[in-house]
Amino acid sequence: MTARYSVGDKVRVRRADPPGHVRTPTFIRDHAGTVTKVVGSFANPEELAYGRPGTPKQTLYWVQFPQTELWPDYQGGLKDTSVVDVYESWLDPAEEGA
Amino acid sequence: MGSEHGHDHEHDHGDWPYPHPKQPDLEDGPLTHHMAMTEAVAELLIDKGIFSADEFRRQLELMDSKSPAEGARMVARAWADPDFKAHMLEDVNAAAKEMDIDAGGIPIMAVENTPDVHNVIVCTLCSCYPRNLIGLPPDWYKSRAYRSRMVREPRAVLAEFGTVLPDDVEIRVHDSTADLRYLVIPRRPEGTEGMDEEALTALVTRDSLIGVTHLKTE
Repeated sequence: MTARYSVGDKVRVRRADPPGHVRTPTFIRDHAGTVTKVVGSFANPEELAYGRPGTPKQTLYWVQFPQTELWPDYQGGLKDTSVVDVYESWLDPAEEGA
Repeated sequence: MGSEHGHDHEHDHGDWPYPHPKQPDLEDGPLTHHMAMTEAVAELLIDKGIFSADEFRRQLELMDSKSPAEGARMVARAWADPDFKAHMLEDVNAAAKEMDIDAGGIPIMAVENTPDVHNVIVCTLCSCYPRNLIGLPPDWYKSRAYRSRMVREPRAVLAEFGTVLPDDVEIRVHDSTADLRYLVIPRRPEGTEGMDEEALTALVTRDSLIGVTHLKTE
């Protein structure tokens, strides 16, 4: 399958709160970051958790967020980041200037 | 009896007024729903012949036998051999196989500490951990405090482990939420240029492979 995003793309994690076995932590939802690696495609764990086959497979990315983007009052180095594994279904292209 | 000891309080071993807190035995706690379910599912799987009791025991023993020694050997090899390090950064599981180490089927990513970037691993959602290379996670790794604070205030948590980094070093927190596990390649300590792989292996600690500490030569 083709990956929708490439390394360097700015993306925004969807602002959603679905029930179930969700693998996208709350602290990155509605935050913008940069794709730093296209990891590969994996059976969707949000489906596998309920005994379903996990298809279609999901592309998994490393998305890197500046800590100051995640936490406005962040105390620490301005270069500090978090890198989170995020599935494609959770990502939208980030708006210009994000 | 109290007077024999020259104390002015009662001192009776059967009725000591300041009892040492008793460490509860396993059976003293309640059998929770999940404990009962775990036992029941294991028994059902054995009854249905999905696996045998012996296979089950062997798998538990295999998991218990894993230790940070395997991860340490790989890091020492990576320090000593740039080609191996490149292989490890590309594909940890394949690099492990080269050393006759079974890293398991879950892809493990190696992240390398440099003078500019310090990597540290957390799983905010549960306790994902590269068990096949470094054994069972320490209790603090699974604690809610570590899991929530490592993304919120990593420098404060690292300082509690004795790791203080200047502000111009990027702290890069990897949240292992999905299908990957992570292993940090710590920086090779200074003054170890003449050491062979075995001596280097002995320097590598579990905590340095998680990224909460630096390595020092002592």
